[in-house]
Amino acid sequence: MKTIPRAPEAPPLVTVPAAAPRALIRRVTAVAREIGWYLAMLTVCGFILLPVGWMLTAALKPDLAPIYTITPQWFPTHFWHWDNFYRAVVDPLFPFLRYTINTLFVVFANILGILISCSLVAYPFARMRFRGREPLFYVLIITMLVPWQALVVPQFFFFYHLGWYGTYLPLIIPSFGGNAFFIFLIRQYMRSIPKELDEAARVDGLSYFQIYWRILLPLCVPVLTVCAVFTFIWNWNNLLGPLLYLSNNSQFTIAIGLANMFQNTANAKINLLMAANLLSMIPPAIVFLVIQKRLIGGIATLGLKG
Amino acid sequence: MLTGLNINRSRGTATARQDEGRLVRRERRAAYLFLSPWILGLVCFVLGPVAVSVVLSLSNYSIVFPSRWVGLENYRTMIHDQIFWQSLTVTLTYVLYSIPLYLVVGLGLSLLLNMKRRGVNIFRTVIFLPYVISGVAVAILWSSLLNPQFGGVNWVLRHAGVSNPPLWLGSPTWAMPSVVLIGLWSVGGGAIIYLAGLQNIPAQLYEAAAVDGAGAWQRFRYVTFPMLTPTLLFVLLTSLVSAFQVFDIVYLLSHAQGAASTALNFYLLNMWTQGFGNGRLGYASALAWVLVLISGLVIIAVFRAGSRFVYYEHEGT
Repeated sequence: MKTIPRAPEAPPLVTVPAAAPRALIRRVTAVAREIGWYLAMLTVCGFILLPVGWMLTAALKPDLAPIYTITPQWFPTHFWHWDNFYRAVVDPLFPFLRYTINTLFVVFANILGILISCSLVAYPFARMRFRGREPLFYVLIITMLVPWQALVVPQFFFFYHLGWYGTYLPLIIPSFGGNAFFIFLIRQYMRSIPKELDEAARVDGLSYFQIYWRILLPLCVPVLTVCAVFTFIWNWNNLLGPLLYLSNNSQFTIAIGLANMFQNTANAKINLLMAANLLSMIPPAIVFLVIQKRLIGGIATLGLKG
Repeated sequence: MLTGLNINRSRGTATARQDEGRLVRRERRAAYLFLSPWILGLVCFVLGPVAVSVVLSLSNYSIVFPSRWVGLENYRTMIHDQIFWQSLTVTLTYVLYSIPLYLVVGLGLSLLLNMKRRGVNIFRTVIFLPYVISGVAVAILWSSLLNPQFGGVNWVLRHAGVSNPPLWLGSPTWAMPSVVLIGLWSVGGGAIIYLAGLQNIPAQLYEAAAVDGAGAWQRFRYVTFPMLTPTLLFVLLTSLVSAFQVFDIVYLLSHAQGAASTALNFYLLNMWTQGFGNGRLGYASALAWVLVLISGLVIIAVFRAGSRFVYYEHEGT
């Protein structure tokens, strides 16, 4: 504000000192820009974090409280019922401890399936010469574009007639058939490994499987980590699969357990719902924080080249 | 390599050729062995189901009753099905509202996050974090925030002097804007991809622009934007795909107490209800194919229009 009237005032008087106010203006605008940037960032982060904070205060309230306080307390809450988290986990109607074990089982079975199948399949696409490689690779790319809504009913039909309804098999077995995105990602990574390595290994008499197992796989650990983390997050969050195939409360995963709790909970227990919801966000968030850099790189490559 | 070639050319003996043939065959056999899990998965979980889906869509299949071939009847039923048209409108409205908004906001965020300032990494982490949180958790969080009486959003609005804040998810008018707003919370996922695109722009271009005396806006208009058009097109296409496929969040929200469920009856939710709620799996398959067709046409149209635009910008700069 103060600098603006100065600008026209300086140049007509003398030409030489004009540089000083101009530098000052530049400096002030730079500072203003920086302040503006921080304000914008803080607004965006507030938009993201305040809802989570609100959820935390809601989770810490005693039963019945959220309904009967007409003006809801926000951050300076005076309720600190940390035991709500414990109560949410051992709730008899919605056994979240059980759900967590089920979810972890599905998640790790999927990670195993994805890591085995995708790395096996990526190897010939990256390294071997054989008839049919190009057309098969195109098929791989095209399968990335098949929308899930076209598959959901017939897959259900298929698994139902196999007698797999009500088991974890439909949620796990497909991962052993590979995932086009991950195959593509691993193949790209394998191609960046010097070819001399496996050529030398072939001269030494290693079989294709030994080359894959002893040479390529250890070098692929970074890209395999990205695949494992994505698989973790996707399966942890997956609602549709469990909703379709699981029928028994003791089998449910966290996503479907939360969805049921949400739809069946009276407002009185909204504090427990919020506590359970908050807990469910923690594992993917931790995984994300731990390997954030690599994951963002992975998202970017999946994004740009997928 | 060289010796192999020499043998082949100079001698060309039968044994050498046989040896090589054996090697090629062995490599091929090994390759297909490695590929076998994927090929098996492709047949069982993709190609088979696609074929079955076409057949199902021409039948009145349901789990319980014996099914019968009905030809195109499912598609004919659709034309007279009010709910089909209504849910299609809901999804198309969402696409129309959300895509431009998320595209612009995501781009803006990534430009801000691309600056080198102290603390930028913390802001990045916070902005990307919602991307890994499940639709279920997001839906539960926001449905309580948007609760008309006790939710945080209306509390803020009342304190800001809005005497009669909207009912949000309970109001037919505000239900759709609510879903768009909820999606905005996790818009950081798109910003990641833009950020990667931004960081791939060579610094020399900006230096050259600075030498030519380009201001901030001109640098954006003539360097950043054209260089980012491939990324923009990619994000546009992927967000179109996911906008047509919205399910998790609206599955929860539309079943919540007092929700304006008609206004939230997205296409896939209707397909779900028809197929797995009402047991009309044949009809649901037909619905699926119609959505594949509609979204496919939209995506191809956008892709063709967009790639011309991308190409043009590249040539222009």
